[in-house]
This record gives sequence, structure tokens and C-alpha cells, in this order.
Amino acid sequence: MISKAFYRSLPVMAGYIVLGIGFGILLRNAGFGVLWAFAMSVFIYAGSMQYVGIGLLTGGASVITTIITTIMVNARHLFYSISMIDKYKNSGRYKPYLIFALTDETYSLLCDDKGPSADTIDRYRFYVSLFNHCYWITGSVIGSLLGAVLPFSTRGIEFSMTALFIASFTEQWITSKDHIPALTGLISTVFCLIVFGADRFLIPSMLLITLILTIIRKREESPK
Amino acid sequence: MTAVILIAAMAVTTMALRFLPFLIFGNKTPGYISYLGKVLPQAIIALLVVYCLREVSVITAPYGIPELIAGISVALMQVWKRNAVLSILLGTVIYMILIRII
Repeated sequence: MISKAFYRSLPVMAGYIVLGIGFGILLRNAGFGVLWAFAMSVFIYAGSMQYVGIGLLTGGASVITTIITTIMVNARHLFYSISMIDKYKNSGRYKPYLIFALTDETYSLLCDDKGPSADTIDRYRFYVSLFNHCYWITGSVIGSLLGAVLPFSTRGIEFSMTALFIASFTEQWITSKDHIPALTGLISTVFCLIVFGADRFLIPSMLLITLILTIIRKREESPK
Repeated sequence: MTAVILIAAMAVTTMALRFLPFLIFGNKTPGYISYLGKVLPQAIIALLVVYCLREVSVITAPYGIPELIAGISVALMQVWKRNAVLSILLGTVIYMILIRII
């Protein structure tokens, strides 16, 4: 069961270690050493937010600015949680950690995963989440220790993250009969990217997706 | 000291976003929320694909060609073998080769 969870987490390993190293290096360059990298990766555990956080730390941001920025960058986690409410309903003692550790990548692994068996599903989800968390912490600590001595040859390995999402998308496409949600997500996001630009399309995309899916549901439910 | 407070603010805010839906809808999930839970994953995965590729420019060299070829390889491999690790490995290797030769 643990080995199945480990195998499931493998696609995230390379991505998290590489992105973690990048974060650790940037944080060190900003004047914060390995303990800071460790603490941020353990307690915040949100990749893109930690990258943004480096700028907040060095730019002398206020607490209010920090909170608002965090809400903007991490608002998508509301949506991850909403879609996991039913699945994590009976997770018992694993539940707090499962919710805490629900990152983009962990979500993409677990949102459709039925696990090895119904009675071990919560432990399985727990280990997948924990392994991913460990990769992220390990990466940021290595990066902080390495400083600027990142081997050049790993350039491009960050595509593993993109590839993970494309593989999940393809798998969901194959297994589901209704492709409207996937197409809604794709078209809305591309539309918002063009309209709002790469720095601020995330929130509008999520709102647009939710709006369209809500309208579709209303239509399906109304009597014909 | 300021840094400790800012990091705590980021940690607590992130946690709040993750826990809030569970605290609000935890015991009795309204039908609408269950519906969102069912359809959102597919839409959000699509969003994340676009999010990862947001910096890719299709009007300047190399016109997103490495991403396009590597991305299609991932999808085709997934359709063929249904093995995520294999698809991701193949796509990443192809991408790393392409950005060095294009």
C-alpha cells in the first residue's frame, strides 16, 4: 500500500525537487538560509506562493499586503477543497493533514484516484500527500544548501510538472463520457489568459469556469 | 522578526483557504457543491495545463514548438499505455532535448 502510494507520487518527485531547489536558491540569494527554506516549505507548502513570498520578504511588505497576495495567488485552493469535500468526508484522523497538504499536484493525483482498495484509501491518500510534501521540503533544503551551484544540465526538467497535468487531463478525458467540464476549463482559461494576461488570469478563469458550469447545471435540471 | 510574521501570515492564509470549504460544507454537502466537486476537477486540470504554459510565446521563436511537441507526446503516450509515469518521463525527455536543439 505504501509502495503503491510511492509509485503514484513518483511523477511529482522530479518536479517538486527541481522546483524546490529553485525556490531554495532564490531564497538564499535573498538572504534567507536553509532553516527559512525548511520552515516555509513545511508550513506554507504552496509552491507558487513561496516563490511570490520571497519578493514579499525582501520587499518589506506589510502583513495586510501579504495576506491579500496570498489569497489572490492561492484562491484556487478553495476549489480544490470544494471538490474533495465528499472524498475526504470520512478520512478521520488523516483528514486535517490531507486538507493541509492539498497542493496543485497532490490534487491532480488524488482527485480521481480510487486507490488500491476502499478500506485503505485514506492511508493511501495520506502517504501520497506526505511523500509529495517530503519531496518539496527536500528540494528546497537542497537548493538552499547548493546555493548557486545548480547543474546546468537539468534545464527543462520543470516540464515534468506540465506533463503531469497533461497526462491527468488525457486520462480524465478517456475515462469520462461528458467532456463539457474539461472543454469549459480549457476554453475559459485560454480566453481569460488572452483577455487578462499571464499575471492575472487565474482568478477570472476560476470565476468564469464556475459560472459556466453553474449555468449548465441549471439548464440540465430545469424541466424540458 | 518581520519575516517570521510574514511567513506565518502566508501559512495561516493558505491553510484558511484549504480548510474553509470543509468547515463550511463539512457535514451536509449541498447538491450544488457536490456537483461542483464532480465537474470542477476536469475543468481545473485543464486550467492548470494552460497555467503551466502561460509564459509560452507563440509569436516569438521558438513559437512554443517544444511545448507543443512534448505536450502532444505526453497525451499520445497516455492514450497508448495509460501509464502517467511513462507519459511524463517521455514528454520531459523530449522537451529537454528540443529546447537544446531548437
